[in-house]
Amino acid sequence: MTGKLTLAALSLLAGTAHAADPAAVDARNLAANCTPCHSADAPEPNAIPRIAGLPAAKILHRLQAFRNGEAPATVMHQIVRGYSDQELALIANHLAIPAMPASDKR
Amino acid sequence: MNRRRFLSRLGLAATIPAASLLGACSSPPRRGAPHVVVVGGGYGGATTAKYLRMWSAGGIEVTLIERAARFISCPMSNLVLAGLRNIDELTADYERLRTRWGVRIVLDEVSHVDVSRRELRLARNGAIGFDRVVLAPGVDFLAEEVTGLAGNFERIPHAWKAGPQTELLRRQIEAMPEGGVFALHVPKSPYRCPPGPYERACLVAQYLRARKPRAKLLLLDANSEIQSKKALFAASFAGPYKDIIEYRPDSTLLSVDARTLSAELEFDRIRADVLNVVPPMRAGRLADALGVPLTNGRWIDVDWRTMAVRGLPGIHAIGDAVLAAPGMPKSGHIANQQAKLAAAAIMELLAGRTPNPVPTLLNTCYSFVDDRNAIHVATVHRYDAAQGTVLPVAGAGGLSSSASEEEGRYAEAWARNIRADMLA
Ligand SMILES: Cc1cc2nc3c(=O)[nH]c(=O)nc-3n(C[C@H](O)[C@H](O)[C@H](O)COP(=O)(O)OP(=O)(O)OC[C@H]3O[C@@H](n4cnc5c(N)ncnc54)[C@H](O)[C@@H]3O)c2cc1C
Repeated sequence: MTGKLTLAALSLLAGTAHAADPAAVDARNLAANCTPCHSADAPEPNAIPRIAGLPAAKILHRLQAFRNGEAPATVMHQIVRGYSDQELALIANHLAIPAMPASDKR
Repeated sequence: MNRRRFLSRLGLAATIPAASLLGACSSPPRRGAPHVVVVGGGYGGATTAKYLRMWSAGGIEVTLIERAARFISCPMSNLVLAGLRNIDELTADYERLRTRWGVRIVLDEVSHVDVSRRELRLARNGAIGFDRVVLAPGVDFLAEEVTGLAGNFERIPHAWKAGPQTELLRRQIEAMPEGGVFALHVPKSPYRCPPGPYERACLVAQYLRARKPRAKLLLLDANSEIQSKKALFAASFAGPYKDIIEYRPDSTLLSVDARTLSAELEFDRIRADVLNVVPPMRAGRLADALGVPLTNGRWIDVDWRTMAVRGLPGIHAIGDAVLAAPGMPKSGHIANQQAKLAAAAIMELLAGRTPNPVPTLLNTCYSFVDDRNAIHVATVHRYDAAQGTVLPVAGAGGLSSSASEEEGRYAEAWARNIRADMLA
């Protein structure tokens, strides 16, 4: 219980930081473009790779590889071309943050 | 200081003590916390409700008003018609929104929006006040535009809102005689899900080929060409379904006869064993309560930086009900993206800050061309200040090179994942 509360409290702090920091809000908004397919809540196993919580550098490297045509893709190479390098970096950083756990009363 | 000013001074999550948030879920709105009401628990509304709660870390009270007790997904419903899925697999409830995210769920129908009093009137349960409201009512049908269609959806199903209509059309397809004719009419654009009718044609055609020898599928399109993924669908029509699907463009439907299942088109007359008319459509009728003119009498016009209804501060609209920006489809995926755009803007506005001046949205629509193979279209859309609207980003997006089983697996995963993004 204490562990859960601490985690929740931490995530609240993270939320607070977001609200204060425009770059973090931008990153959050851009990363929300990805989550219909790459939701942190997506069931496992899943044909679409889970990216939430992976290291930011790894995510960014992959996004860039899609753009350079170095990684095979069906759709990702078309999508990443809609974003600047800086935006891809923001997205990678945001997706790397562990998903925010909500208080769950199930 | 009045309540509105107080709310806008509230720095949102930052000022709410953690302890009160943890206990706040599913209790009635606390005094002082801003209250956002979302109307419609479909792809747009349910996503808005979840993201407002998640992003504000519980600092915004959210009420979701939906008239149906359960969510039924239109995406994947064409597979039900072909006997490849059960409607139960497309059905979900709102429990997680309530228990995990603390969204207050009200099962009722909004009958009126009182813009000046900031109040919604409900069909059964009185009224409910809001600081901001997000309307996501989806579409309603204009049956009266086709003579003889109104009141006859039991004989001539649309199956363009998933549920009993989907199951009805499935039963009609199963009962079709060998050598029978399935006629499917596509209305003029814009309509919900541009590739949807062509996906339906492919999946039903595959079923007919296996189960109804010599049956035909007449695809009667009011438009002059296939409205989405044109070359890819055309390849299926000319390839595996060559002997089954007959595609007829410029086929505006004038009237139907529910008794004989015949249809009069602009230049033609047909008779079918199963007649499936996707009717012309408009924003959900709730839009009429706003008292602002709808574009072409049908769609809600919004400011794309906030999804605020033009001329109505504090009132937002998202999803299929909205007049789409250039090149933007009416899809569940886009409704999801508009939901997040609206949630982000509402948080900034409630905190007295300027919303993101260049919101970006993404769309990826998968369609099945048979039980295993799928195709996609993807677009990225970004706000263009000079044009005052959202435009497709040049050089981004694209189509499948051809249908594949790999994309079939992604299409299936997409449907499950977007549902989790919205309801889990
Ligand atoms: C056959 C078919 C296949 C499709 N396939 C895809 C696909 O593969 N990918 C994709 O992205 N999109 C697809 N779509 C499109 C997708 O279903 C819609 O774009 C999406 O549902 C739009 O979301 P929405 O929130 O605007 O409306 P909806 O999801 O329709 O939600 C509106 C909700 O509002 C409620 N409501 C309306 N008025 C009131 C009121 N007055 N009071 C209370 N509640 C109210 C309704 O009950 C409903 O639940 C498909 C559609 C069809 C028909």
